[in-house]
Amino acid sequence: MIEILIHGRGGQGGVKASLSLASAAAKSGKYVQSFPEFGVERRGAPVKAFNRISDEPIVIRSKIYNPDHVVVLDHTLIQSINITEGLKKGGWIIINTNKKPGDFKEFCKNYKVATINAKEIALRNRLGSRAAPIVNTAILGAVIKVLKVSDKESLAIAIKEFVPVKREENVKAAYEAYDEVIFEGEA
Amino acid sequence: MGKVILGNHAVSYGVLVSRVQTIAAYPITPQTLIVERLSEMVADGELDAIFTKVESEHSALASTIGSSSVGARAFTATSSQGLALMHEMIHWTAGARLPIVLANVNRAMAPGWNIWTDQNDSLSCRDTGWMQVYCQNNQEVLDSIIMGYKVSEQVLLPTMVSLDAFVLSHTAENVDIPDVKLVDKYLPPYKPEIKMDIDDPRSFGALSSPDNYMEFRYKMQEAMDKAEDIIIKEGKEFERIFGRKYGMVEEYRTEGAEIILVVSATIASTARASIDSLRAKGIKIGLLRIRVFRPFPVKDIARVLLNKKKAIVIDRNISYGKSGIFFDEIKGAFYNIEGEKPKIFGYIAGLGGRDVTPEAISDMVNDAMRKDKPEKDIIWSGVKL
Repeated sequence: MIEILIHGRGGQGGVKASLSLASAAAKSGKYVQSFPEFGVERRGAPVKAFNRISDEPIVIRSKIYNPDHVVVLDHTLIQSINITEGLKKGGWIIINTNKKPGDFKEFCKNYKVATINAKEIALRNRLGSRAAPIVNTAILGAVIKVLKVSDKESLAIAIKEFVPVKREENVKAAYEAYDEVIFEGEA
Repeated sequence: MGKVILGNHAVSYGVLVSRVQTIAAYPITPQTLIVERLSEMVADGELDAIFTKVESEHSALASTIGSSSVGARAFTATSSQGLALMHEMIHWTAGARLPIVLANVNRAMAPGWNIWTDQNDSLSCRDTGWMQVYCQNNQEVLDSIIMGYKVSEQVLLPTMVSLDAFVLSHTAENVDIPDVKLVDKYLPPYKPEIKMDIDDPRSFGALSSPDNYMEFRYKMQEAMDKAEDIIIKEGKEFERIFGRKYGMVEEYRTEGAEIILVVSATIASTARASIDSLRAKGIKIGLLRIRVFRPFPVKDIARVLLNKKKAIVIDRNISYGKSGIFFDEIKGAFYNIEGEKPKIFGYIAGLGGRDVTPEAISDMVNDAMRKDKPEKDIIWSGVKL
């Protein structure tokens, strides 16, 4: 079983990303759980969403304290919260940023870093505005490429299921992220 | 595999495939998504039902009682404070012998204001004549709605299906939504022998004097006794059609066990991970999950716990001035039963949604293993003093 923590800001679509990821993994034959940080959410404030993905039925229903991997929807979170809190050594950090993995030297010692410019991809596909780009679907393309928890076709179906508008554009963004994510070594 | 849906939506789909005819509801966190989805199903013509918006939970159940009284398959959902506001009508539903199914999202009672899970809301309805089911995953939530109608319509007592706030209500996971035509084979249309009918007028809820009130209550208890057999029978029939097994209780790795952990709802699911790790260390421990709380599974409890060394009960609830409620009921269930009884330890954990991890469960087990016998009826787990 792998456990994934998605860091985002309220209103950025982290919960929907978690749901779409779970659905995509389920479509490729996995058992899944997706849940938000239980409670109240404020627009712009740091929020978390969680995924468990397994080949066996999942019985654990407590929160995730030691994720295998983290996904960061907004790179400015790195300044305000400890995104590696509890993260298992050797885990992937997948960041939405215009930087390269080598620019995150503070993380490279204990973890593996993948970067994706999801904002640029979102704007290219007319998803959201420059001030508030919709990055939650694009980043999933990077997530399934690096973590191999699902495949592109399953992700496309999942995105169409959970995204109410611009379905084709969202799928295209995810596919572009799949091709453009930057990482080194074996995923 | 299956559709990935929230526990709340598992309730909505359970209602859909049960071909419920009336829904009356008032919104409350964390239940609202149940009736929100149902209102969409009704608006889209997917579910042929009357959806009534009301001004309070008391009215929601009163309206549901009305539609059930005229012979409709009726549903409502609530949580915590909402269930408390329904309480007068909760008694009425069972006394009127109406087979209503209600989904309750287990949420702690205020104050302090809290939207997270514990069981004191539904357990406050213990003595009302409702059957009570506690679910451990979203599939069971959906299936329990269907089985709830099947059992309720035979014994003429209502069923409360409980699911933990957020841990199920707002958690999405794989759920198989059964085909409605297959559900039709299991759950035929509701055809009551007696109903409110202007062409066949009768008195309902009329004055019942000391001369006959007690007989009505005797019959409610008789129906509750019968319900145990019917829940088991219908669980088997459900398994035959849908391939998923449900009973009064569920056992996990109890063979050869000397210690039994007794838990309900989602803590019982998480506890499987603890049982596996304790077993890997050579500890002879198994799990008994109480699925149905009313009627209370006395026979199963005696069967599993007799001749064991220790039973460890974890309660996500408390009866102030006594102990955990499942602990108390389990201890009481033994008193007149012959046989070697285990020492029973009662832990209180997870109130108001405090997380209960596999490690916390193992800690409780280790604590009970260190002790010869319980020194008091309440052992608090993880309380900050």
